[in-house]
Amino acid sequence: MALLNNIGALTQAFDQEMELDPRVVLYGEDAGFEGGVFRATKGLQEKYGKKRCFDTPLAEAGIVGSAIGMAIYGLKPVVEIQFSGFVLPAFNEIVAHAARYRNRTRGKYPLSMVIRMPYGGGIRALEHHSESIEALFAHIPGLKVVIPSTPYDTKGLMIAAIRDPDPVIFMEPKRIYRAFKQEVPEESYTVEIGKARIVQPGSDLTLVAWGAMVREAQKAIDLLADTEISVELIDLRTISPIDRDTLIQSVKKTGRFLVVHEAVSSFGPGAELISLITEEAFLSLEAPPTRLAGYDIPVPLPKGEHHFMITPKKIVSEIKRLIAY
Amino acid sequence: MLSKTYDPLKKKRLEILSPEGKVTKPNLMPKIELETIRKWYETMVFARVADQKALQYQRQGRMLTYAPSIGQEAASLGAVVATEERDWLVPAFRELAAWLHKGAPLEKLFLYWYGNEAGSLLPASVRMLPISVPIASQFTHAVGLGMAIRYEEKDEVVLAFCGDGGTSQGEFHEALNFAGVFQAPVIFVIQNNQFAISVSRRDQTRSETLAQKAVAYGIPGIQVDGNDLFAMVAATQEAVARARAGEGPTLIEAVTYRLGPHTTSDDPSIYRSDEEVEAWKEKDPILRLKRYLLSKKALSEEEDQQLYKDFEEEINVIFSQVESSESPDLEEVFSYTYDSLTPTLKKQLETAKQFLGGGE
Ligand SMILES: Cc1ncc(C[n+]2csc(CCOP(=O)(O)OP(=O)(O)O)c2C)c(N)n1
Ligand SMILES: [Mg+2]
Repeated sequence: MALLNNIGALTQAFDQEMELDPRVVLYGEDAGFEGGVFRATKGLQEKYGKKRCFDTPLAEAGIVGSAIGMAIYGLKPVVEIQFSGFVLPAFNEIVAHAARYRNRTRGKYPLSMVIRMPYGGGIRALEHHSESIEALFAHIPGLKVVIPSTPYDTKGLMIAAIRDPDPVIFMEPKRIYRAFKQEVPEESYTVEIGKARIVQPGSDLTLVAWGAMVREAQKAIDLLADTEISVELIDLRTISPIDRDTLIQSVKKTGRFLVVHEAVSSFGPGAELISLITEEAFLSLEAPPTRLAGYDIPVPLPKGEHHFMITPKKIVSEIKRLIAY
Repeated sequence: MLSKTYDPLKKKRLEILSPEGKVTKPNLMPKIELETIRKWYETMVFARVADQKALQYQRQGRMLTYAPSIGQEAASLGAVVATEERDWLVPAFRELAAWLHKGAPLEKLFLYWYGNEAGSLLPASVRMLPISVPIASQFTHAVGLGMAIRYEEKDEVVLAFCGDGGTSQGEFHEALNFAGVFQAPVIFVIQNNQFAISVSRRDQTRSETLAQKAVAYGIPGIQVDGNDLFAMVAATQEAVARARAGEGPTLIEAVTYRLGPHTTSDDPSIYRSDEEVEAWKEKDPILRLKRYLLSKKALSEEEDQQLYKDFEEEINVIFSQVESSESPDLEEVFSYTYDSLTPTLKKQLETAKQFLGGGE
């Protein structure tokens, strides 16, 4: 076991997969020599050489497009987009090709590749550095979208993503890159993509979150400690494909559903989850399934960002409202 | 024509003022009053002090992420002074001296880096777009402005900036191609400061020069010593004249050096040596112009020191105004996504107000 934060967990996952599988290559802007602006790939160029871990020109379409070519050839590219806000030049490559190649070639050229990117707010950053755009990817058939919230899951999900036979969009909540540490097994292991994690069982309300919101949800539950309210907290971990069974079973037990996400509310992941619950657990519901999500605005710059942030207090307020419904 | 004489494919680079502050090519020296040069010098010094103060404020935890232009003052200023008030400035994010010359108040610029959108609202008379964070994406907007200018048959031009890293982006190439096809009156300036964060210029592209990228699009390109104010002015003046005459765009590569960090979150010692930085300090654009002005008796050492002192005081006052500025309130945060609030936004604002009151 080693005590790692989310960055350390990523680095260890890359290191072990590169060691194990010579087809794994890792690249992106500043990702080689410097180890990335967040240092997730630090030390890997030194250990595996420039051939397997390198800097690219500043061009996201080139990064993702070339990864597609590599994956067609049979390599396993793991590419870094410096911030999710800068993946948009590569959107064409992701949507028009990465997501469709298996289908287009009737299975001849499936793309086993990982596109990873830091995302999310709460770090007092410049424009384009705070958005949560998981729904943009989750809406595209052919992509898997994974978001870890703990070092254990970060390592296990990244290894699973690298081994996955389909393209995986791996979104990293940068606000908690170094927020806390956790004991992580030294040896290699995977966490199954498409499986949510019940963080804490409960009987009155199902609370679903992912990424940095899991911690906020836990803080909210702590604030409820002196009440009778029993919350079941689920870390979704994979946005697409959704772990239907875990969610449906939970709501059948609790009768109430609250999803919390930083992504803007309209047409967001919460809408999809609420559809699922409404369709599959309708008769169990004791309150309207609800989302607590970002407002439909660009994330404000730091001086106004607090207006946008989802806080434990807001979560508590929604939980109480649904319990009293 | 400079862009013919200084053919980037022949590795020619336009230089007029030597690092020692001597005009080595008097025949190419643009005709500028000494007094004007002195004023430009002051703008460069003001930008330098503002950058240094901002870095200091940031270290003190009083400023957010900041991208200084230290060492690149001549590259941006030399280009913008060759344009007129009616012309347009399309920034990337590292052209402080040019923005100040164009009329953007430092208070606003600091406010932006301080994390307040109000900093992007410049006075109506200032024809300058806001800072563009997605690298090189602004180049296509510059072309659109240029196409609109042609459409309206105006004699305005557009001055657009990006970095050496920006030349790798698709939009950089699409913009140059569009500008060539539609003969848009745009002057594209690449501030080649040798780095895109940690990635060096030679790892960015195999092209010998960045100016030569113009060749592929059939437009003039020229490489200029970007730490040489006069060379920048001369090259830009020629490009502006061409654009105004309806003869289309020009690409200018300003060879310069980022003396400071990429931003306040960057540690340049990881990817470059002190010796390299020291060598470039000898080519500092401000030092060079100072030597020139001293030799022309248009500046004295005492006056120069006084400039730095005065500017430091002035900038401290400006920053204290920024620090005491109001943060955007809830209504403001909602106000600008659309012309008017959508039904959903109205509902969300209502909910947000309840949270504000601690409502449960
Ligand atoms: C599309 C996009 N990708 C990545 C980034 C992150 N980023 C910010 S600045 C920068 C380097 C820019 O280098 P260059 O164009 O040379 O400009 P300089 O910073 O040197 O002025 C990068 C990669 C970004 N802002 N936009
Ligand atoms: Mg650069």
